[in-house]
Amino acid sequence: MAKSLQILTANRLRDGEVLYWRQGEWVGTLGDAEVLAGDAAAAALMGADAAVRARLVVNPYLFDVRLDSGHIHPIKEREIIRATGPTVRRDLGKQADHVQV
Amino acid sequence: MYRYDEFDARFVAERVAQFRYQVERRLSGELTEDEFKPLRLMNGLYLQLHAYMLRVAVPYGTLSARQMRMLAHIARKYDKGYGHFTTRQNIQFNWPKLVDVPDILADLARVEMHAIQTSGNCIRNVTADHFAGAVVDEVEDPRILAEIVRQWSTLHPEFSYLPRKFKIAVSGAAEDRAALQFHDVAIQILRSATGEIGYRVYAGGGMGRTPYIAHVVGDFVAKADILAFLEAVMRVYNQSGRRDNMYKSRIKILVNALGPDEMRRQIAREFDEIRRAGTLAVDAREIGRIAAYFAPPDFEHLDSNSPNYESARRHDTDFRAWSDINLAPHRSPGYAIATISLKPIGGVAGDASDVQLDGLADVIDEFGLHEIRVSHEQNLVLPHVRKQDLPAIFTRLVALGLATPNAGLVTDIIACPGLDYCDLANARSIPIAQRISERFADLDRQRDIGELKIKISGCINACGHHHAGHIGILGVDKKGVEYYQLMLGGSGAEDASIAEILGPAFDEHEIINAVEQVVEVYLDRREAGERFLDTVRRLGPEPFKERVYASH
Repeated sequence: MAKSLQILTANRLRDGEVLYWRQGEWVGTLGDAEVLAGDAAAAALMGADAAVRARLVVNPYLFDVRLDSGHIHPIKEREIIRATGPTVRRDLGKQADHVQV
Repeated sequence: MYRYDEFDARFVAERVAQFRYQVERRLSGELTEDEFKPLRLMNGLYLQLHAYMLRVAVPYGTLSARQMRMLAHIARKYDKGYGHFTTRQNIQFNWPKLVDVPDILADLARVEMHAIQTSGNCIRNVTADHFAGAVVDEVEDPRILAEIVRQWSTLHPEFSYLPRKFKIAVSGAAEDRAALQFHDVAIQILRSATGEIGYRVYAGGGMGRTPYIAHVVGDFVAKADILAFLEAVMRVYNQSGRRDNMYKSRIKILVNALGPDEMRRQIAREFDEIRRAGTLAVDAREIGRIAAYFAPPDFEHLDSNSPNYESARRHDTDFRAWSDINLAPHRSPGYAIATISLKPIGGVAGDASDVQLDGLADVIDEFGLHEIRVSHEQNLVLPHVRKQDLPAIFTRLVALGLATPNAGLVTDIIACPGLDYCDLANARSIPIAQRISERFADLDRQRDIGELKIKISGCINACGHHHAGHIGILGVDKKGVEYYQLMLGGSGAEDASIAEILGPAFDEHEIINAVEQVVEVYLDRREAGERFLDTVRRLGPEPFKERVYASH
């Protein structure tokens, strides 16, 4: 069985912005996130605890993804919407910064 | 409108200062998130999918032009240019930054608004009939009692840590527009055969995981006794409501576990004790003082027919359609109640932009309308409009994109924010409402179908009132895919009933077809003058099931 792949996410304390873990840093887009497997996910979650204590983020958790030609696809609709923005307002949320012409 | 007294103003100002300090302490690390979370929730601040969300209380759904302008200002300055009106007559902002929230609360306080008791296990914002003070069949304006209840329940030390949240609604009319029987406690104002005004008190209604219709626990409570009676209900709940299981902690579970007779007996026992103490007797002068805030405007003596209005109806088919559908009779001749639909075809139910909020504030001022109301159906209401002003107001509404003629029709859909915004949701609600709205966009078809209330929730918590929908839709998650259960036969009106699930759930495309098929069965089988809900009640679910699942 393939190892489950996960992403670590949290919200920024100051403004609630959705963030993703990448090698000890927090990034704003899912595409830049670090894909974690096994022990790496557990280690990242411990790292996130430090970020919580440092008041950078709140509510860190892991979610499942799959990789398709190198692209990250969350398994749950919830994380797809969190990574982009409301499906009913394409002008808002993270998707607004990546307007496709 | 109710105006803050010195106590209200000081208390709200203190809360703003207190929360500002709490945010500072959170950012400096003095408070952990576990410590801070209950404090922010006490001030209406949630953390949702994309960002924080601030829920602002709109007591009994009444807003002034000044308050509308402040909401527009907040939407523009601190949010992304819009707010969302909810099924509890409140407004939510979806994108505030934590660091800005103290300033937002300070701005709200300037117009006598706040976000207190819009979250947490306390008595929440008291809701009321959105046609209060304007409608023909009303015994008394329910907002007077709603305000008395608000004052009694705000920061009541005994009721700050209830087993679970507690929602109270009040109506003074025979026609129930406030979904009374789906509330934890509801009060219907009645007039006895001898002309005396008193209160019928319901308890134990609710939606969510376990829907129940409320039971009558007080047949005719005297005016002076109402707070003593409500306190008795709260005491029984506070003492015996379950705290071990959050799914069984609402008063509806207690009422149905004890049985209504035992609940009445226990309430009566507490009521006797509280009444004997006398401290909660509501003073008639105090009622009078508060009633003065809700005194109706001085209605002009107008002819019930306005030539200006009739002429516009003859010459403008859009105005005629809108006035046929969105107006309700007013108690004073020459006036009307106008519903401003926040359900444009294919739009997001309940959303209003800063430009629309400002524009409506201008309309309120220019036409001397005093106030606007938020309905639990996520629309706005102008309660006292001169019919002669309606053509001009309609023109303004058209320009603001607020003139959709669909009040009470199939496209006037309630939808919770769902998975597009909400952290609790399992499925999206808004896109389902949008697709149904587009499918039924044709106005002639909508008018042929007549009154039909579709209500959609994205999870079992039922913020979209799906249990009370003539057609209810509940979003569920099946292995990461959104599915939708279809229910029929609910009603939140005086003939309250709980909708029943028709059968297996549909995917997001199938559900739109299923709704259309249900409507087609109604059109095929209805009798003359029969509403959708009545046809469902007469026929039962079978004919609908047969059609909907025939090809499934």
